[in-house]
Amino acid sequence: MKTAARLGFVSCHHCATLWKGVKAHDHCGCCGARLHFRKPDSLNRTWAFVLAACIMYFPANLLPVMITTSFLGEEQQDTIMSGIIYFWTSGSWVLAVIVFIASFLVPLFKLAVMILLLIMVQRRSSWRLQQRAQLYRIVEVIGRWSMLDVFVVSLLTGLVQIKGFATIYAGEGITAFAAVVVFTMLASISFDPRLMWDTAEEECGKPV
Amino acid sequence: MQEVPDLIACEECDAIHRRLALDHNEIALCSCCGAELERDMSSHGKRVLPLTIASLVMYIIANAFPIVEMELHGLASQTTIMGAVASLNAQGMPLIAFLVLATTILFPLVQLVSLIYLLVSINTTGHSSGLNLLVRMIQTLRPWVMAEVFLLGVIVAFVKLTSMATVLPGAALWALSMLTLLLASVFSFNPRYIWRMALPKKRGKKIMPANRAGDALSTEKTIKAEIP
Repeated sequence: MKTAARLGFVSCHHCATLWKGVKAHDHCGCCGARLHFRKPDSLNRTWAFVLAACIMYFPANLLPVMITTSFLGEEQQDTIMSGIIYFWTSGSWVLAVIVFIASFLVPLFKLAVMILLLIMVQRRSSWRLQQRAQLYRIVEVIGRWSMLDVFVVSLLTGLVQIKGFATIYAGEGITAFAAVVVFTMLASISFDPRLMWDTAEEECGKPV
Repeated sequence: MQEVPDLIACEECDAIHRRLALDHNEIALCSCCGAELERDMSSHGKRVLPLTIASLVMYIIANAFPIVEMELHGLASQTTIMGAVASLNAQGMPLIAFLVLATTILFPLVQLVSLIYLLVSINTTGHSSGLNLLVRMIQTLRPWVMAEVFLLGVIVAFVKLTSMATVLPGAALWALSMLTLLLASVFSFNPRYIWRMALPKKRGKKIMPANRAGDALSTEKTIKAEIP
């Protein structure tokens, strides 16, 4: 397979113009962006963001994301999971499923996929390149939807501020949860999918 | 350093392809990994400016009016998007407040205003000062504009409250729904093509293939780019 790298070409990340004879610190003649052969320091940065997200995943799921005080002075603390269970038991199955996918499955899936992609690149594997490229595309698209719970909590805290009857506060867990979402998004942004194809010696993955 | 004008590299697998002259609404796909190489934007390019202006109007309505109203034991409460951000900040959650502010208020506004500025100045004068910087900024901010996720968040919060109080959708909720649809249409236009729109005028030649008359309604076709 002929790749830009093997022919000594560099493609601009921003405007996709192709250049040859690029020296270090050159800028694109079309849009002025710095030209990189690959995204700078891609593997290290991606690993750093993935590990940070893994660490934050625990407080995100264990600490309360929302604290409700009712007019009798009762206090109820909700974690991500108890919010989902509340929807399920109160009969809103559709919402329970939506929140379960967005807040629980998507972050977990993203972390697993990014770790898989990173390990595969480092092992110079050419196993199922097509499917791995597709996985990366899926992760890029679905990552943002995990922000759902952050928005739900922020709206409820803004709205339910009726002194003496009901007040909703945001808990520490939501900060950790937002950190997981932001870190996984940064991880998929700093990962360069071309590294998968660089290390694979095989011809273009698909039979022509 | 020299430009290679007739070739293009796939952004995902780096395979080299010949740059094809695309017909109306055609999309060139990488024959190796299946990623999108290029897309014909001649018809969409004309639609982007009106869509962006409409989005800006909806954005203003969505931010100016309350998004949900609630009534509990005769006490009413309502909030705008900004109100939710302010109460998060007041509760000692400045990081979350900033994140919500950035993804739902700040970034969409910056995107829309700079897109309108770019498109207007390219249409009138053929170039624009700060073009490179602005397009790169639009590209970088794109994954962080989360109006559609916020809309789903409003719906979930709405259903959650119906069990404890009377809730009414505010005017901003309808505007936000419209904004989500409009933004999806605006950003199906990859900001990368703004350079394509500006460059022919800069260089004095036309790179984009001529728009064929008579097939304005033809559906999108995909073609596989060939490897030279």
